[in-house]
This record gives sequence, structure tokens and C-alpha cells, in this order.
Amino acid sequence: MVTAVTSLSRSGLSDWLVQRVTAVILLAFFVFIASKLLGGVSYLEWRSLFDQTWMKVFALMAALSLAAHAWIGMWGVFTDYLTERLLGNKGNLLRISFQLITSLSLVIYVIWAVQIIWS
Amino acid sequence: MLQVSIYRYNPEQDAEPSMEDFEVDTGGKDLMVLDVLELIKAQQDPTVTYRRSCREGVCGSDGLNMNGKNGLACITPLSDSVKGNKLVIRPLPGLPVIRDLVVDMSLFYAQYEKVQPYLQNDTPAPAIERLQTPEDRAKLDGLYECILCACCSTSCPSFWWNPDRFVGPAGLLQSYRFLADSRDLATEERLARLDDPFSVFRCHGIQNCVNVCPKGLNPTRAIGHIRSMLLKRAA
Repeated sequence: MVTAVTSLSRSGLSDWLVQRVTAVILLAFFVFIASKLLGGVSYLEWRSLFDQTWMKVFALMAALSLAAHAWIGMWGVFTDYLTERLLGNKGNLLRISFQLITSLSLVIYVIWAVQIIWS
Repeated sequence: MLQVSIYRYNPEQDAEPSMEDFEVDTGGKDLMVLDVLELIKAQQDPTVTYRRSCREGVCGSDGLNMNGKNGLACITPLSDSVKGNKLVIRPLPGLPVIRDLVVDMSLFYAQYEKVQPYLQNDTPAPAIERLQTPEDRAKLDGLYECILCACCSTSCPSFWWNPDRFVGPAGLLQSYRFLADSRDLATEERLARLDDPFSVFRCHGIQNCVNVCPKGLNPTRAIGHIRSMLLKRAA
């Protein structure tokens, strides 16, 4: 058992499952948005689409999924390449800094998305 | 004449590793890569260092990186490896080099030890042996044949970056070999030790391990089975 306090859920299985479920949600969302855009949409139609509660929920789900998916993915990248093993002590400093920047950005993005979607 | 380039490093003398070029007369034969190394050692430079033992793909000693692909030198014919009359031989990637083509396998063995690769069953042993149905025995096919040559784990980027935390394809194949064994009773304890973000889940399924395994085994599939068992246990 390897401990990892900064991963999303501490459990490898749970992170893995979240990664997959959020990927499906994101795929559904982007396919839906792409089909709307490719079908041609006016400003008023776009506006009324995002006025509906189900669309707000769908978009919020996509925003939260993106944050969770990005955190798990970036966490994996950082713990692969920015480590004490590869870079010495500097690795720990770099990894924690990048993790902080990433988590802060994702929190800001989620709050911003909520503001846009529910305003 | 075959152009052979070999990774040379003697930590007691060299500041850093270098490549040394040799020319080998193969006599037009499709030799094995190990034969070429033996020819160089016998005829040109007796200090070229590598591990070898059975010379028939059973012992797993001569795992090497040949023209960029890991494999056993003794069962890799030149026709499978040489491109443009050039053969580049390096040690297995990702492990510390002891000398020339010999690597320190401690990290690899530590991961193997972690999965407790032995049968665990505390019930009283029967008079003769613990029996299995032919169907249960068949579940071990494709798992027990591993010879621990480390070709798979050292071709895996996840193992390169986290050899102390990711069990690696070889260790996980053996882990599943005991998870799948009907006679083993430690399934729960085995699974509990694997459910962290590194031990199993660093595998991203790129199948480098499957691509290089000299015994034709499929660690990625075994890892998939472990994931399914973890999922069933938790769901």
C-alpha cells in the first residue's frame, strides 16, 4: 500500500473510476455542444438553451467533471515527472507548487463556471 | 561485417557511460544477439560485461535493450533485431547500471516481493496435495510462465518514473497469478494492499509490456483482471 495524500480520493480505484465517469460526461457534453454549434444556432436559441434548468445542470456537471478529470490527470503527470527521484529536492518543491497552481485554477474555473451558468 | 554498438560503463573508471563500436563477422549466419556478444567477448574485448546463463530463453538472465526493444539476447535472432546492418545494445532502461550491460535489479525484485508471490492458505494441508479442477488450473496459464527477466517492467514508462511505488507489469502479473489461484485464501488482503493510486493504477494500458515479453505473456490483461476484482470488491 503506497500512501498518496494529494490524490483526489486517496484510493487508486476511486480516482480511476472518477476519471472514467467524468470522461463519459465530458464526451456527452462536448458532442452535444458540437452538434448544436454545427447545426447553426442563433444568439437567442443559444440563450434559451442555457436558460433551461436541465442544461444548467448538464453544463455544471461538465464543469465539475472537467475539474475532477483535470485534477486526476495532472496529479498523475506531476507525480510522474516532478519527483524527488527525478529532480532531487527541487522535485518536491516543483510538484507541490504545480499542484497548488492547478488546484487553485480549477477552483477558480468552477466558481466562474457556476457564475456564468446560473446568472 | 555487422556493425555493433555496445553501451560501456565501468563506474570505477569511467566518468560517464559511452558507446563502443565493434565489427563482427557473423559468417552470413542468422545468429542470436547473445552469440554476437559472445563473439565480441571471446575475440575482441574480454571486458565486455553482461549476464547470461541458460542461453535458451529459460533463465531470464540476458534481458537487454536491442535496437531500442527489450528482449532476451539468447532468443532474439539478428534477423528480428538488426536494421541496416546496425545493432545497438544497451542495458535494460530505467534501472541503475552496475557495469556495461548489467543492471541492478533490486528495485524490480522489491516490487516482486511486495506482491507476496507465494501461496497463502492456512487450512491444514491435505495428505498429498491441494487439488484443483482442470478449469481452475487453466486460469493460471499465461501467468505462471513468467521468468522475471524484467523486459516488461523496464519497458514501462510508469515503472521508469515510479519504480519504488508502481509494482510494474511483472509484479502485477505474479500478483494476479495468486489472486486467480483457487487454492490461495489471501485474496482480500492481497487486494487491500493494491488499492492505492500507485501500485496498480499507474498502469495506463499502453501495452509496452505485452509488446516485449519474450514468453508472449500479457501483463496488461492481468492488470485489467486485478482492476475488475478491485471494482467488484468495492462496488
